[in-house]
Amino acid sequence: MDTLRISDYRKRLEERALHPLLHTSKGYYLLVGFLLLVIGWGAFAYSNQLRQGLIVTGMRDRISWGLYITMFVFFIGISHAGTLISAILRVTKAGWRTPITRMAEFITVVALMVGGLMPMIDLGRPDRIQNLVLFGRWQSPLLWDVFAITTYLTGSIIYLYLPLIPDFALCRDRIAGKVSPLKRMFYRVLSLGWRDTPAQKKYLAIAMGMMAILIIPVAVSVHTVVSWIFAMTLREPWNNPMFGAYFVAGAIFSGMATLILLMAILRKVYHLHDYIKDQHFLNLGYMLAGFTLIMGYFNASEYITSGYKMAGEAPFHFNQMFNGPLAPMYWFYAIGGLVVPGLIMLIPITRTVTGVLVAAVLVNIAMFLERYFIVVGGLRVPLMAYPPSSYAPSWVEWSVMAGAFAGFSLIITVFVKVFPLLAVWEVAEHYEEERIKVPRKETEPEPALEPVPAARREVSRPRALRPEFGHNPGGDHGGAA
Amino acid sequence: MDERNKVDRGKPRDRDNVRQRDALSRRQFLKVAGAGAVGIAVAGSGLAVVTAAARAADKPGPTGGDHLHPADATTSTRLRRWAMVIDLRSCDGCQSQGTPPQCTTACIQGHFAPEPIEWIQIYEHELPGGGTQFIPTPCQQCQNPPCVNVCPVGATWSTPEGVVLIDADRCIGCRMCMAACPYDRRFFTWTDPPKPPEAAFAQYHPERNFPLRKGVTSKCVFCPDLARAGRLPYCAQGCPNQAIYYGDLEEDLATNGKDVVALSKFLSENQTYRLKEDLGTKPRVFYIPGHGQAVGRDPFKHGRKPTEWPWMKNLEGAKTWTRSG
Ligand code: SF4
Ligand code: SF4
Repeated sequence: MDTLRISDYRKRLEERALHPLLHTSKGYYLLVGFLLLVIGWGAFAYSNQLRQGLIVTGMRDRISWGLYITMFVFFIGISHAGTLISAILRVTKAGWRTPITRMAEFITVVALMVGGLMPMIDLGRPDRIQNLVLFGRWQSPLLWDVFAITTYLTGSIIYLYLPLIPDFALCRDRIAGKVSPLKRMFYRVLSLGWRDTPAQKKYLAIAMGMMAILIIPVAVSVHTVVSWIFAMTLREPWNNPMFGAYFVAGAIFSGMATLILLMAILRKVYHLHDYIKDQHFLNLGYMLAGFTLIMGYFNASEYITSGYKMAGEAPFHFNQMFNGPLAPMYWFYAIGGLVVPGLIMLIPITRTVTGVLVAAVLVNIAMFLERYFIVVGGLRVPLMAYPPSSYAPSWVEWSVMAGAFAGFSLIITVFVKVFPLLAVWEVAEHYEEERIKVPRKETEPEPALEPVPAARREVSRPRALRPEFGHNPGGDHGGAA
Repeated sequence: MDERNKVDRGKPRDRDNVRQRDALSRRQFLKVAGAGAVGIAVAGSGLAVVTAAARAADKPGPTGGDHLHPADATTSTRLRRWAMVIDLRSCDGCQSQGTPPQCTTACIQGHFAPEPIEWIQIYEHELPGGGTQFIPTPCQQCQNPPCVNVCPVGATWSTPEGVVLIDADRCIGCRMCMAACPYDRRFFTWTDPPKPPEAAFAQYHPERNFPLRKGVTSKCVFCPDLARAGRLPYCAQGCPNQAIYYGDLEEDLATNGKDVVALSKFLSENQTYRLKEDLGTKPRVFYIPGHGQAVGRDPFKHGRKPTEWPWMKNLEGAKTWTRSG
């Protein structure tokens, strides 16, 4: 069997993972420059809003939330890509996850930072934001959001950081001579004196195991309370006990789609084909397809139960959704966001990486539109005898939105240069484990550099977090340096 | 149940403001009345007791705990429970006079509310059969107020008298309350609102809603300061048909400026209802069903004159906005 020796595998992996930290192309600077430009434009638009007030937006009394709150829900939604998906995969010990968890966790942290900013941008008096602390009322759903999001952000940063510690140590030991002193110090400090000792490994494994379990309820609670901003009101489509679960499902759904996109981009740019395999895309594609069914189920439950009775404002709401002004968005969501992605994964010829990518793009757009029609549609239902209002975002809102997306991309772009993209030690551990298993499976030759078998093979063989499994057979990890 | 939303706001700042506010509110009222903007007679008899209470409040005396209001400074421990009854039988949307609804105008003039703010707004509601009725709609002063429940900073709260107020100095402009209010009764100042010259001398107080601030919510405040001074709210003063009764559930009295009624009896005998009663918001604004028949309105005569903001005529080119986008 001509598979790579573990030590060679590890060496190549390290090279690949650390490569972006050392080499920066011209294109990278161009991208950063472009993103900064867009962010600057968004900041300029926002400064306009600061000066003149929210009058520069398309929002008014009747439809008093718009694109900003849509983006808030959307970004908090995609933040579920990371931590939740990676934690669930970790807890269920799905071995194939190892090369993608880091990226997923990046998305979480960045999306939370950007998403958390949105309600602040939406405030009429951002100069009084300290009132949330000075006079915060725990009875308000907005305050629940403040608590939930800060908890989730803190938890996600810890959860991102823990598996980074050995990788920081790797950076410290491997590339210290080739980077600026500042970066060197950064790695030294953040690696917390990691020496790969069995005791350290044991504690890290315990900490990660705990965080993986703790973060799941936190993540679920976050999107539940985001939905409660709407569900705690008495408005027709929002006043819905199912909203929490619906939002959580939508969050995971759009989170996976975003993860797929990011994986595709980074794999292409940094040539990670050896680690991020087609199978990863397909696995996530299957999960995506599963979630189209869950989302469809929620929609069906909502529309059938309220459509059967047609009580109160339901007829108006149905009309605006199915053939009124929101209908194009709704139908794009229902068909482009649920049916088509489901079909792509169902039909064998489209069940490819390209297919998964198309599905992911569709789902991302659809979920953004879904957030939009939930926010705007809920406010559009007239409360009294007045004609329905309309809302169209102004150039300021569009610009801030562009700035937010650019900010999201920029932080990820910078992260890529500072943190190893792959969780090197986890990927290596997973590979080692697979290699150790191989002799038991004589009949199944494993091709070189194929460390990622399908998840189902994993189920019977719990792995990795067991501390005693850290004996490092390659022996070339730089712990002793 | 009613207790749960009552946030006691007896902070020093509020207490200090009480006297100044009283002085100012009277001065302001005289100014408005003197200018002839609202030349409406004020009801005397029905609110005599109220006036007495207000007078008692002006004297230095024991402060009745931490309460916000001077009325509480009497030895009585009873609280006002302000309420409003709108007799839709007498409301014709000011069709017969051919003017914009005068309650709205009076409110706008009294508070210098800028366009497009109509804290009391006349909705024309369709009746079965094709006719319409006019429903003057102030803030309903809910006793289980969804707006208060959701405010993250306590910038909107129920006073012990049952009035929902907004502190424009605390509000962060998140508009959570606007999403929560089921009556479309909260207004946002989307930019620095146009102000009359008087604003330069007035001190802000939540009970008066003046001067307005940028980037915060506002709404009908039920004019408890006028009531304590023995006057009816501007809207009740303004209504030419005396369709709006205002009074105190505790004292069981209300008046429209002409008649004085025993509130409990009046409410019961006239099949009063409250808007969207099924939501459980428990408003303090009651309606007597009708379509202006008492003043001879034909329900099939549709439409009313659009609202105007007369005081703004002097502010050419002031920056305003619209309510719906
Ligand atoms: S807009 Fe102001 S009053 Fe309304 S909920 Fe927000 S902070 Fe409270
Ligand atoms: S009518 Fe609206 S603003 Fe007034 S108390 Fe009720 S919920 Fe609040």
